[in-house]
Amino acid sequence: MSFSSAGYQLQPVLPELVLAVGAMVLLMIGAYRGQGTTRLITTLAVCLLVLTGVLELWLPAGKLVTFGGSFIVDDFARFLKILALIASAATLILSTEYLSQPSTRNFEFSILVLLSTLGMMVLISAGDLISLYLGLELMSLALYVVAASQRDNAKSSEAGLKYFVLGALSSGMLLYGASLIYGFTGTVSFAGIAAAATTGSIGIVFGLVFLLAGLCFKVSAVPFHMWTPDVYEGAPTPVTAFFASAPKVAALAVFTRATLTAFPGIVTQWQQILVFVAIASMALGSFAAIGQSNIKRLMAYSSIGHMGFALVGLAAGTVEGAQGVLVYIAIYVAMTLGTFSIILAMKRNGQAVEQISDFAGLSRTNPLLAFTFAMLLFSLAGVPPLAGFFGKWYVFVAAIKANLFTLAVIGVLTSVVGAFYYLSIVKVMYFDQPLTKLDPVRFELRTVLAVAGIFNIFFFAYPGPLVSVATAAAKSLF
Amino acid sequence: MTTWPILSVTTFLPAVGAILVYLLARGGDESANRTARWIALWTTLITFAVSLILVARFDPASTDFQFVEKASWLATGITYHMGVDGISLPLLILTTAIMPLCIIASWRSVTQRVGEYMMAFLILETLMIGTFSALDLVLFYLFFEGGLIPMFLIIGVWGGPRRVYASFKFFLYTFLGSVLMLLAIMALYWNAGTTDIPTLMHTAVPRSMQTWAWIAFFASFAVKMPMWPVHTWLPDAHVEAPTAGSVILAAILLKMGGYGFLRFSLPMFPLASHDFAPFVFTLSVIAIIYTSLVAMMQEDMKKLIAYSSVAHMGFVTMGIFAVTTQGVAGGMFQMVSHGIVSGALFLCVGVVYDRMHTREIAAYGGLVNRMPLYALTFMVFTMANVGLPGTSGFVGEFMTLLGTFKISLPTAFFATTGVILSACYALWLYRKVVFGALVKPSLMSIKDLTFRECVTLFPLIALTILFGVYPKPVLDMSAASVQQLVNNYQTAVTAVKAAALTVQ
Repeated sequence: MSFSSAGYQLQPVLPELVLAVGAMVLLMIGAYRGQGTTRLITTLAVCLLVLTGVLELWLPAGKLVTFGGSFIVDDFARFLKILALIASAATLILSTEYLSQPSTRNFEFSILVLLSTLGMMVLISAGDLISLYLGLELMSLALYVVAASQRDNAKSSEAGLKYFVLGALSSGMLLYGASLIYGFTGTVSFAGIAAAATTGSIGIVFGLVFLLAGLCFKVSAVPFHMWTPDVYEGAPTPVTAFFASAPKVAALAVFTRATLTAFPGIVTQWQQILVFVAIASMALGSFAAIGQSNIKRLMAYSSIGHMGFALVGLAAGTVEGAQGVLVYIAIYVAMTLGTFSIILAMKRNGQAVEQISDFAGLSRTNPLLAFTFAMLLFSLAGVPPLAGFFGKWYVFVAAIKANLFTLAVIGVLTSVVGAFYYLSIVKVMYFDQPLTKLDPVRFELRTVLAVAGIFNIFFFAYPGPLVSVATAAAKSLF
Repeated sequence: MTTWPILSVTTFLPAVGAILVYLLARGGDESANRTARWIALWTTLITFAVSLILVARFDPASTDFQFVEKASWLATGITYHMGVDGISLPLLILTTAIMPLCIIASWRSVTQRVGEYMMAFLILETLMIGTFSALDLVLFYLFFEGGLIPMFLIIGVWGGPRRVYASFKFFLYTFLGSVLMLLAIMALYWNAGTTDIPTLMHTAVPRSMQTWAWIAFFASFAVKMPMWPVHTWLPDAHVEAPTAGSVILAAILLKMGGYGFLRFSLPMFPLASHDFAPFVFTLSVIAIIYTSLVAMMQEDMKKLIAYSSVAHMGFVTMGIFAVTTQGVAGGMFQMVSHGIVSGALFLCVGVVYDRMHTREIAAYGGLVNRMPLYALTFMVFTMANVGLPGTSGFVGEFMTLLGTFKISLPTAFFATTGVILSACYALWLYRKVVFGALVKPSLMSIKDLTFRECVTLFPLIALTILFGVYPKPVLDMSAASVQQLVNNYQTAVTAVKAAALTVQ
């Protein structure tokens, strides 16, 4: 079979190829021209991400399959790739200031983000266990390095190392699971596994558990969440913003695709795992966040909780569930990017501050910033009419339809507990006495914040487009 | 009949006003504050005027929803659907009527962050009107829950010393009740394929699902109402909220619970409502007697009125779940009447609080000597709170008792003792504050009602006495809708009883 034959077209991977080649070119520019090109490279990297997104949309509609079924481009992949690209591009824009300071100026940062994004795109399109693993590793290896990118900072190095060691462990588990699944089904392609795994033989279920454990690590779901708070706190804030957005999109995408397309015959087997993981994540995310005083650490627990909510939709194992996951993750990315642009804006006298008490009286000193943050927090808590409510609506409506009542009831109850700590931040901003004024907020932060804030507050007025795109994307999986 | 979306205009006018306040009243100086106040006042007045058009064009003989607007929104079956009937319109008018008074009442007493205060109130008004006019469950939930955000900020930013505790308690209690309702809404959505309220009213819900959905809705509305034993957030919220916040809370937010029972629980889950009626009666009677006794022991004026609110809401739930024409109509009327009377009582407390900065009952006494006008005003509302014939309070209590009497004699009997108890605490409060010798030196120079305070209180006096003597306008407005509600309920319940008999 030649590579030009029907099974091995290159057109579906064109965006990935462009991104890969572009990243190499940028690397060469940086390597030959030195650190002075950091700003240029960051700008070009954002352009490259935009170009990749345009190419992705330019691909012919419908389901494209290549490399013998290991790479799939369907509406599901398109939706999540665009989302991951937006998140990566926004993170690069948020990093502008970080990359302009002499001590943290390194052009490799943008290139690592590009390579990680490439890994995500492969991951999102993965149609078998091999491309899943390749994508996952490409994404993760770049992430390990960016976590430790602030070399002289002990916390950053610790974060990188911790993430690497635990990440390697989870990759090992994932590989072990994949090999078991291969051994018991005789194939690595999702479609082949689906055909073979109609009954839950013990070997396949065993493999499935290890595979899910590896994926849970990547989405930071309980009980594989331990790395999250330390890495979020230790890594430089733009890196944390990146961790909290794009990789979550990709990991959740592969989670959804793998469970729904490779194991549709044994839904009951993995549903119990997901129900447990979702409940544990939501509960831990809500309760553990209450005691936090560092905003980045709090956001870590918040993201654990949010992944739990997203998995509620997946646990339903239906089209509605997949749609819920997609709507949820899109809204989650918007809320997260908005929140992190505010955390990045928190500077006094050129010094970044990240304690929750530093937000005291923000509504007096920076009313608009405080208002936007308050709305983002209410949205994270899932209070209508803000966007976060609609995310919760779609995942829980799927869970109710699938008769997962216990899960749904526990889920909404933990969201009330979660509301407590979001409210505590609002309280600090609105009810407490003000501290000194913040430094002026940089333009690029204001831009990202404005887009995220407007999306978040006014989503209710025009929810149609996102919902219909997500519906089409979810249907393409079934 | 109408060519312009009059309900949407009424709903979103205050939000436009809030945006205007943001744009025009910048900076914290006195001129910006003045602009904010005037914009807020005019917005609420215009909204009230627009809502009066609704009254003028409303056809009280029709049982259908009127001024209906429909547009596609979230998904098929979840639409932007607005409309009012005889049950929602009185509460909508109550909202638009009370709001200007709240703005006037805050004119001098709020001096900090006036622009934000006015914005919070205007947004809250949009959400409250939306709650009463939404004809889609998701839309309703959006407005219903959205109201928590501005109220949380109003209590927390402009409240008293324990405002943080009170605002958190208010938010979390209500949120907890409502998320369970959200799950029930989802279950109804899958049952009927839509969250359209008029459609759901005519969709039969399976018996077992009715029970669970009823409990979930009850969790939300019982907290909002509030019913004993989940009422404990209310005294805290009332005591800490600024005067206008208390007025809104008592006059309108509490009515959302009663409205919820009438709009959802009875029409959608008639069988479950029938099963749970004794349970609701018990809670109502406990609320009436227990909170009245608690009210007698209070030392804080606002707390006393807050507990009396819980007791009066007990009459409302009792009347509603009797599901007789008199009971439901009485519950409806009691809600409107309580909205006027309790709102006015909080305004009365605000009057003396603005002067003395204390709500301790013991800090007052003999006010009649220096404030005759105030004494008169306060007396009218105290009497209305007691339920003296001739005031609006009497009509509501009498009708709910009458309606319940036919269904459950013991409930009506024990609830009637609440009327006596309410006389005890209300008259005791009035005597302590207004009568007696004026001996406290701090009160020697206290001034009587100002013109601004008269503007807020006198319309309410007029309404209290008007509805006490001539309750027809309110009763007529809701009569057709109430009658239809009761008929549908009776049909559903008798059908099941007949079916049970044939099985035997």
